[in-house]
Amino acid sequence: MTGVAPDLLERARAGDKRATARLLSVVENDEPGAAEVLRSVYPQTGRARIVGVTGPPGGGKSTLVDRLAGAYRERGERVAVVAVDPSSPFSGGALLGDRIRMRERFLDEGVFIRSMASRGHGGGLARTTARVVNVLDALGYGVVLVETIGVGQEEVDVVRVADTVCLVTVPGLGDDIQAIKAGILEIADVLVLNKADRPGADETARDLAGTLTLGKPRTAWKPPIVRTVATAGEGVAELVEAIARHFAWAAQSGERDRRRRAAARGEVEELLRDALVRRLRALLGEERVDAAVARVAGREIDPYAAVEELVRGGTGE
Amino acid sequence: MSTGTPATSEPVKRPIRVVVAKAGLDGHDRGAKVVARALRDAGMEVIYTGVHQTPEQVVETALQEDVDAIGVSLLSGAHNFIFPRIAELMREKGLDDVLLFGGGIIPEADVPGLKQVGVDRVFPPGASLDEIVRYLDEAVGKRRGAVA
Repeated sequence: MTGVAPDLLERARAGDKRATARLLSVVENDEPGAAEVLRSVYPQTGRARIVGVTGPPGGGKSTLVDRLAGAYRERGERVAVVAVDPSSPFSGGALLGDRIRMRERFLDEGVFIRSMASRGHGGGLARTTARVVNVLDALGYGVVLVETIGVGQEEVDVVRVADTVCLVTVPGLGDDIQAIKAGILEIADVLVLNKADRPGADETARDLAGTLTLGKPRTAWKPPIVRTVATAGEGVAELVEAIARHFAWAAQSGERDRRRRAAARGEVEELLRDALVRRLRALLGEERVDAAVARVAGREIDPYAAVEELVRGGTGE
Repeated sequence: MSTGTPATSEPVKRPIRVVVAKAGLDGHDRGAKVVARALRDAGMEVIYTGVHQTPEQVVETALQEDVDAIGVSLLSGAHNFIFPRIAELMREKGLDDVLLFGGGIIPEADVPGLKQVGVDRVFPPGASLDEIVRYLDEAVGKRRGAVA
């Protein structure tokens, strides 16, 4: 333990935003002290309502998040926003632009906005987004809005983080609705048809409603379709209402507990995997891994045999 | 560090984080976007906030995003007002370890004055993107070394 993090935590708890920001970096980057931070905040987590906002690029997610933040502020909540944008697969850098749509909130004392780069993680969020959300939850933000990168079909990590997932789509994607129905549509608790003042909104709403009735529903919850024009703030009150209804249903039906258990399992298994790999590599030493890689590349042994050998060597089986 | 590392890797090396902001009233953001893009391509995480930012908004963004540096593009001639104000707010909010740099249409005669109030570096029109990247790499590296 470095001694830095506990002091940060204390200051963050007292409302120091600078300390909060540093604390989030410690957790985001897995810096020394990250595990201790999470350990000490964990008992205070689970109190915030965590709302995920996902959907294709350009659908208006950031604008909608901005409007939602405003609506929750009017209801007296402290609001945190975690907005994820993709990292470049080539340079590792990222242009994080979600804030452009959230300028009205920059100087609101009751709002904290944090941008995260996905850093090569594939599920629509960054690897440490869930932990960043945990910290904000523990610091007393009543609502945490989590905006994913612009997603296509399979980026469904948000369901592991959020209590309620809003899928934002727009008119005119037409048959693309068919494309998203398999993965992402399944995780939607609330369907948002944004830019609903555009031509084709009625058809898209009908397509969405049709898609929802195609298969056997996973639960008794029927995702409502809420029409919004985020830029004008239209439909935002209805969206807040729909989110609240889902939250109440999820709490009372046991869905919320089920989801939180699944999320906990995911988190524990990931950390377990990390810890095992780290320990195994330390036991083996890089040279042995490199030697095995060289033999695989030289077609002396196959990759399965190489891994089997390494695991045996590391665990002393 | 340049490729997407899998979840099982060692703790990530912290990328340099930079706010690139357009402060003041002019809406010409092409220069700021070109710089933002270059920094991204150099592996940095760039928080881009768009045009017409007040000094208060720029500094609050830098604070919440825990950045290493703030880059401000100014073409309106308001630099002698905006930079000192940003620097003052940074001191107020305890962002003493954050670099402030700028670019745009800033007469050379004004540069010493800006440096005096806390602008670490001013890039004139025509400064190369490589120069800006190299500057940030070095200056942030030095600051981080001093803090650690």
